[in-house]
Amino acid sequence: MIDQRRFSSEPEARSLVDRIHELVDGPVSLMEVCGTHTVAISRFGLRHLMPSELKLLSGPGCPVCVTPQSDIDRAIALARAPGVVVTTFGDMMRVPGSSSSLERERAEGADVRIVYSPLEAIDVASAEPDKEVVFLGVGFETTSPTVAATVLAAADEGATNLTVLPMFKLVPPALHMLAELPGRALDGFICPGHVSTIIGTDAYAPIVERHNMPCVVVGFEPLDILAGVVMLLEQVRAVRAGGVARVENEYGRAVSGRGNRRAQEVLSRVFDVDDSEWREIGSIEQSGYRFSDEFENYDARARLDVEVEEAVEPTGCICGEIMLGTKLPTDCPLFATRCVPRDPVGPCMVSSEGACAAFYKYERRKT
Amino acid sequence: MCLAVPGRVEEITDDVALVDFGGVTREASLALVSGASVGDYVLVHAGFAIEILSEAEARETLALFRDLAGALDQDERGRAEEATSDGGEGR
Repeated sequence: MIDQRRFSSEPEARSLVDRIHELVDGPVSLMEVCGTHTVAISRFGLRHLMPSELKLLSGPGCPVCVTPQSDIDRAIALARAPGVVVTTFGDMMRVPGSSSSLERERAEGADVRIVYSPLEAIDVASAEPDKEVVFLGVGFETTSPTVAATVLAAADEGATNLTVLPMFKLVPPALHMLAELPGRALDGFICPGHVSTIIGTDAYAPIVERHNMPCVVVGFEPLDILAGVVMLLEQVRAVRAGGVARVENEYGRAVSGRGNRRAQEVLSRVFDVDDSEWREIGSIEQSGYRFSDEFENYDARARLDVEVEEAVEPTGCICGEIMLGTKLPTDCPLFATRCVPRDPVGPCMVSSEGACAAFYKYERRKT
Repeated sequence: MCLAVPGRVEEITDDVALVDFGGVTREASLALVSGASVGDYVLVHAGFAIEILSEAEARETLALFRDLAGALDQDERGRAEEATSDGGEGR
């Protein structure tokens, strides 16, 4: 296989940056909707190589950040319930709920375990049959198939003490919402590489058709991102001249037109698409999953009855505006003062993929 | 959250691959991909291979970088030619 370093070669990066400067002759706003892109753009310092008129905005691409407070509170309530083991990806641990966090609950005795793969939740359920094991199902289309496959494996093994709290989100409905926001002058989407591995580039055709919005699926190495920006800028120029936007694929080594059919089949067997609530954004039609009738026994929401406190949103936090691309983290009065990674106010500072955390870590001194 | 890491399939037992990530090996489920073989490079996310990477497409992407950057050279050449034909100096 080709050496990954060839996707970060400096001479080619310089040429692509020169090309970007060539193509920008007025204000342009491009938005990525993927926490991994957020981190890559900050970490490689790409924003500071861009012409001043080109804005690279972070959209609602961090799954932890878009999980509503009420779901965080439900996860915390489940952790507090006797006999329950909560298994989760590490990102969820420090997200502040209305009055606590999973990390704090664990410190006070709750059984909360960080896993690398949802499959580990089956191991926990098998080893401790007297416990109810809950996996916190957070993520976009990259992650949801891994949880769906885990549910199928649990069903095969006859695990009856494992459930999932489904909080998954789908990216294309959010792109429609962003494209339709009044007064939102977006010129193109840097589409998420690994979400697209699953859903395929074809999934963006309705966005391009309905909104004449350029969409380019982009990988995560520096040259991938720079090349994706060049492709988008060339489309923006064409669209402004009266042309028609297209879906293009910069990340062909991992993304096809139709996507991963097997993963799509696993997803559609276990889950049905449903409306879903996004933090600070509200309900977006057909943007989440609920369990299909066949697998409803795996739904923690239905199976485990817990009392969830009334959600209290953090005051002064502008995560919502940041995720819609109308503000930058540095526009928030709490940024790097009251809100820091060690003591975050909002989720965008908690998750390593949140826009505020990425700005804090990589761009704080430069902005 | 959507981070996925490429690695080389070293062994396959049933539906589980042993994947080498540049010296570190880990198991990955093959439940979400079809037809992975030893020697393939797979993209792994949360303990699952989610795609078999295409070397041919990777080479095309490297060529694309050169093409996109090359567009600048062509534009620059075009402007230089314009400037020369106008009797001016190249920028």
